[in-house]
Amino acid sequence: MKFADEFRDAGLARTVAARIAAECGERHWKIMEVCGGHTHTIFKYGIEDLLPPGVELVHGPGCPVCVIPMGRLDDGIALARQDGVILTCFGDLMRVPGSDGSLLDARAGGADVRMVYSPLDALKIARDNPDRRVVFYAIGFETTAPSTALTLLRARAEGLGNFFVFCNHVTIIPPMKAILDSPDLRLDGFLGPGHVSTVVGIRPYEFVTRSYGKPVVVVGFEPLDILQGVHMVIRQVLEGRCEVENQYRRVVHDEGNPKALDVLARVFRIRPHFEWRGLGFISQSALELNDDFADMDAEKVFTVPGVRVADPKACQCGEVLKGVLKPWECKVFGTACTPETPIGTCMVSSEGACAAYYNFGRYSRARDRETALRALPVTAAGAPR
Amino acid sequence: MSEPAGGHRAGSGAAIRAAAESVTDPEQRVLQRIAEIRKRRPALRETAISMSHGAGGRAGHTLTQALFAAVLGNPYLDQLGDQAVVPVAGLDGALAVTTDSFVVSPLVFPGGDIGELAVNGTVNDLAVGGAQPLYLTAAFVLEEGLDVALLRGIVESMRRAADRAGVEVVAGDTKVVPRGKADQLFITTTGVGLVRQPGRLGVHRIQAGDAVLLSGAIGDHGATVMLARGDVDLEAPGLRSDTMALWPLVAALLDADVEVHFMRDATRGGVATVLNEAAQQAGVAVAIDEEALPVHDEVRGVAEILGIDPLYIANEGKLVAVVAAADAERAVAIMRSTPEGAEATRIGEVRADPPAMVFIRTAFGGTRVVDMLVGDPLPRIC
Repeated sequence: MKFADEFRDAGLARTVAARIAAECGERHWKIMEVCGGHTHTIFKYGIEDLLPPGVELVHGPGCPVCVIPMGRLDDGIALARQDGVILTCFGDLMRVPGSDGSLLDARAGGADVRMVYSPLDALKIARDNPDRRVVFYAIGFETTAPSTALTLLRARAEGLGNFFVFCNHVTIIPPMKAILDSPDLRLDGFLGPGHVSTVVGIRPYEFVTRSYGKPVVVVGFEPLDILQGVHMVIRQVLEGRCEVENQYRRVVHDEGNPKALDVLARVFRIRPHFEWRGLGFISQSALELNDDFADMDAEKVFTVPGVRVADPKACQCGEVLKGVLKPWECKVFGTACTPETPIGTCMVSSEGACAAYYNFGRYSRARDRETALRALPVTAAGAPR
Repeated sequence: MSEPAGGHRAGSGAAIRAAAESVTDPEQRVLQRIAEIRKRRPALRETAISMSHGAGGRAGHTLTQALFAAVLGNPYLDQLGDQAVVPVAGLDGALAVTTDSFVVSPLVFPGGDIGELAVNGTVNDLAVGGAQPLYLTAAFVLEEGLDVALLRGIVESMRRAADRAGVEVVAGDTKVVPRGKADQLFITTTGVGLVRQPGRLGVHRIQAGDAVLLSGAIGDHGATVMLARGDVDLEAPGLRSDTMALWPLVAALLDADVEVHFMRDATRGGVATVLNEAAQQAGVAVAIDEEALPVHDEVRGVAEILGIDPLYIANEGKLVAVVAAADAERAVAIMRSTPEGAEATRIGEVRADPPAMVFIRTAFGGTRVVDMLVGDPLPRIC
């Protein structure tokens, strides 16, 4: 497949991996990939198998589903249960447990909850159902926020009176700062989020290099991107540099996307506080609709409980998100907390650090992974597709 | 079917701790504990049925095992195969019985329709048990207002599919429900077939060293129906459902005396689900190679854009066969000589350890676990 296979080339991967192994030396490296998409790629392609044992990838807080606090889920479920409401959301949000079940459970209980692939699909549902009120449960970082903003602008232009947004958009810089301020943290550098950076550019990460002295490399989502990003972080440290580098130049402009930033500015404003699952309240870390869009703001138009629900006690997602604990070091990992019955946020979305480790990683990081590798067939490798 | 609560069955607290303590590395210990827990008989915790119970993944398995098999269980049902093989006094061989409901939306899609699916699906559930499909019954649930011309087209398509598969629809039933109480048309087909050599195939025959074969490219049906529903704004003009009857391919393997140990058609939940079921029921590991997996470019494209793995996408005309390693090449050649198996290939092999696990070696050079699908709210595809 064009434009994808080039970035998954096993031969190139071995070359980059060999360079990393040759240069990383004896020390132990801890590099955090901020974005859940990266975590997914790392496990899907088994990238950790290609890294030397001294290079550890820490899976950061950038999974948009995982960071939604329970109370906000309860609010979404309450919205879905209101008369005449169609609640629309992305598929992976539907399984996330609130304090009393998930949106999927609410649907089984009679609520009209529909999965969409884009907020524009939600807008179409609103157009097709003029007698219903359609709420889009908006989640995501700066990556998805522009599409929500554009959808709101289009709804306004069309004069649709039955489309609303329950806004849970968050921003990437505050949680990175929260993680950097955490006293129990030891990281050598960051793989910066590629898709967020298509919107915001690479300048916003300069505080990481300036104030915290950690290198940042913005990387893409193909496996070779990640390997190269790891190599670039190690290079920076070894060469005594500390910069924001852009590995994902084929997509990310250093200045970001001014049109998308303009759309964001027209629709959203920064919330004073927002709660992050596992990380607690973080100042100025999320977006809400500005006053021009108050009539489409589900939080203002509908009554939502707005009750804060504490994270489950047994759950150690916060430590996992900060990279202090590895997924398997959590007390409930794989026993009480599994992908079917997630307790914590990291187990919910396939991009969450724990779910990714559970689904994809387990054996490849196991002590006897050599055995597992030997167990794989070699006869078919390299066969023409 | 019931088990004593808290007994010393595999997976009980004591057994897990014992297993875990025999390993020293802490990460390994956690993995061991997970492996033990995965062996437990699942419990149905939900209070209401959700769409994930029908998605072909873990939730559906839990429902089947914890409710249907637990209540209705008997030695035949307990095998939870695609078909039951039951003895009939005086019959030279055994009788295979299976049933399947079809609720696909839309009713007609590129490459087929619900009628063709209803025939081929049941025929294939018989065929993979080594049974020659003979007779079908068909039950129709019709929604008030259904277009008769549409229904006629679907029934005619059933006729053509039955003729091709060499089966006859010998009995049927019709129910009509008020508008809104069903989605246009649901069809249930039941099939019977003749197994000439009972015991020749079965999950118990899978052993370490066996080769794992796939009869052709994966994901065509699921990807086609997803696009045909119009939920996603994608077009893939070359994409068509792979719905077809697999008995000729199965018959060719059996007639050539290939040492086939196990076959299953990879419908809902895809090849990943079939491999997991086989690995769990046989207590073996399955290792497959990503580069060996045949996937058409259209399906790769759709899967890439929607973020789904072709290994989990449904097929309606593909089977996984586990054969003795010595017969693997011959089996692939025989499959390829049939129109149903033109793209057949060897995708991996069976290993002894670790039990109940499926691995894939990625084309990129890494390894990962291929687990059962967990609660994906997929659209109705069969």
